Amino acid sequence: MTGAAPPVELRGAAVRLGQRTLWSGLDLTVSEGEFLAVLGPNGTGKTTLLKVLLGLVPLSEGTVRLHGTPPRRGNPALGYMPQQQAFDRTLPIRGRDLVRFGVDGHRWGLPRHLRATRRRVDNALAAVGAVSYADAPVGLLSGGEQQRLRIAQALLGDPAVLLCDEPLLALDLASQRAVTRLIDERRRTAGTPVVFVTHEVNPVLPYVDRILYLVRGRWAIGAPAEILTSERLSALYGIGVDVVKVRDRYLVVSAEDELPTEPGAHAHHERGHAH
Amino acid sequence: MGIGYYLQFPFAQHALEAAFIVAISCGLIGPFVITRTMSFAVHGTSELAFTGAVAGLLVADNPLGGALVGALVVAALIGILGQRASERDSSIGVILAAGLGLGVFLLGYYHGYASEALNILFGNIFGISSSQILLLGLIAIAVALVLTAIWRPLLFASVDPDVAQARGVHTGLLGIVFLFVLAVTVTEAAQIVGTLLVLSLAITPAAAAQRLSANPFVVTLLSIAMAVAAADGGLLLSFQFATVKPSVLIVALSFAFYVVARLVGPAVTSRRRHRSVAPDLAELSRG
Repeated sequence: MTGAAPPVELRGAAVRLGQRTLWSGLDLTVSEGEFLAVLGPNGTGKTTLLKVLLGLVPLSEGTVRLHGTPPRRGNPALGYMPQQQAFDRTLPIRGRDLVRFGVDGHRWGLPRHLRATRRRVDNALAAVGAVSYADAPVGLLSGGEQQRLRIAQALLGDPAVLLCDEPLLALDLASQRAVTRLIDERRRTAGTPVVFVTHEVNPVLPYVDRILYLVRGRWAIGAPAEILTSERLSALYGIGVDVVKVRDRYLVVSAEDELPTEPGAHAHHERGHAH
Repeated sequence: MGIGYYLQFPFAQHALEAAFIVAISCGLIGPFVITRTMSFAVHGTSELAFTGAVAGLLVADNPLGGALVGALVVAALIGILGQRASERDSSIGVILAAGLGLGVFLLGYYHGYASEALNILFGNIFGISSSQILLLGLIAIAVALVLTAIWRPLLFASVDPDVAQARGVHTGLLGIVFLFVLAVTVTEAAQIVGTLLVLSLAITPAAAAQRLSANPFVVTLLSIAMAVAAADGGLLLSFQFATVKPSVLIVALSFAFYVVARLVGPAVTSRRRHRSVAPDLAELSRG
C-alpha cells in the first residue's frame, strides 16, 4: 500500500456541529510509519477528527481519504484504542473476552469456539504481556492492565492505521510508558501510522514525529520543536503563552490562566508524579 | 396430597411447562439487562403489562394479547424518550406512572371479576391453557432467535459501546431491538410470576450468576439454569405446601440462589484474581 495513496489524507477539511465550526481548512497527510500527536484543549474537535476517520462523523467541507478511499463505518483497516474505562467489578467479561471483541465482536450470531480464533487471541495477549490476567474479570484490572488489553484488541484486526483517543488518561507513569512503548513497537515493526489524541504530549514525546495542535478552530502542524514554542502557541491561543522546556519535557504556561485543562494543567499533575 | 397428586392434572402440567418456557427467556436476557443497567426498564415494562392486560380484557377479552401489544408500545416510548442513557431512568419513571394511571382508569370500566386483573399483578400460573402454552413457546423461540442473531454485537455494544461504534456496530439500533426483546420477555414472564415479581426471574438469577463466573457464556447458562430451577422448583414446592402462592416460592428460591452466590462468589473470583496478578506487577516494575 506504500507509495500510492497515503494512509490518511485530509484536504480543506471542516467539521461544523450546528452553528459551531470545530475546525476548517484542515490539510493533513499522515505517512506510513508516522506518529502524529493531536493536541489541544477540550472541545476543539480532537476526538471528532478520529470520528471523521472512523466514518462516524461526516466532513462539512473538503475531502478525507484513507489509503485513497473515503471513510466508512466499520472499516477493518482501522484499529481504535479508547481511554481507560471504569468497568463494574462484577461485569461478566474477562480480559480475553474484551480482546476477542477485536476479532469478531461486530459480527452477527453467537461466538464460535474456533481453535484458530483462540490462538489468535492468545498470541495477542502474549504480545502485550497480558497472559497472566487474561482470565480475570476486566472490572478487577488496573488501568495499565486494561490498556494493554486494549492494544491487543486493536491490533488483532491487523490495522493499517491506529487511532488512539487519550489512551494514557488516568494511568500512572509506569503504565503510560509501557502502553506507549507497545503502540510504538507496532509502528516500528509493521509501519502502522499512529494518530494519537492526547492532552499531554510529554509521555509520547520520544516517539512523536509531528504534532497537530487544535485550538478553537485554528490549527498548526509540524515537528514538536516547531509547534511547541511560545510564538506558535501564543498565536494559536490568541493570548500570551510561554513554553518552557525542562529536561526534555514541555511545560505550557499562560499568564492569563486561560488554558483550559491544557498542558499547563498537567505540568502541575506531572510534577506530582515525577521523581 | 403432595407433588405426585397434583402432577396428574393438566393445570399443573401446563403450569410447569409455562414456567419452564418463561424461565429460559428470562435467564437468557438477564445478563444483558444487568450489563446494560436496565433493571428499571424491566420493572417499568412489567408493571405496564398490567395496563396492557386491562386494555386487552376490555377490548378483546384477551389480557395476554393486550399485554404484549402494550409492551411493544412501552418499549417504543422508552426508546424514543430515553435515547440518552442519562435520561432513560427518568423517562421510564414518567411512562410508568402515566401508564399505571391509565391502567387504573381502564380498570374502572371493566365489569368482570377484579381478580382477573389482579392475577396480572401477582401471576396466574394455574390458569394457563394449552393454546397459551403454544403462544408462550412461540414467543420464547422468537426471543431466543433474535438474541442469538444479535448476540456478539449486542454484547460488544453493552460492554464497550465506544469501541463497538468505532468498529461499525450500530449500537443505538441494537439498543432498540433489545428493548423490544426485553419488553416481550417481561410480559411473558408476568403471566407466571406476576408483573410485580418479574425481577425475580429476569434479574435475580443473572445477578447470582455474575457472582459465580466472569465468562459471559457460562454466566448466561448459569442464569438460565437458576431461572428454570427457581420457576419450576417453586411450582413443585407449592404443590407440596399448597397454602403458599407459587410466585412467593419462586421468588424465595431465586433469592436463595442469589444469597448463596454472593456468599460463595467472592472466593471464586478472587482466587482467579490472586493467581493472575502477581507476575504482571513484577513485570511492570521491571519495565
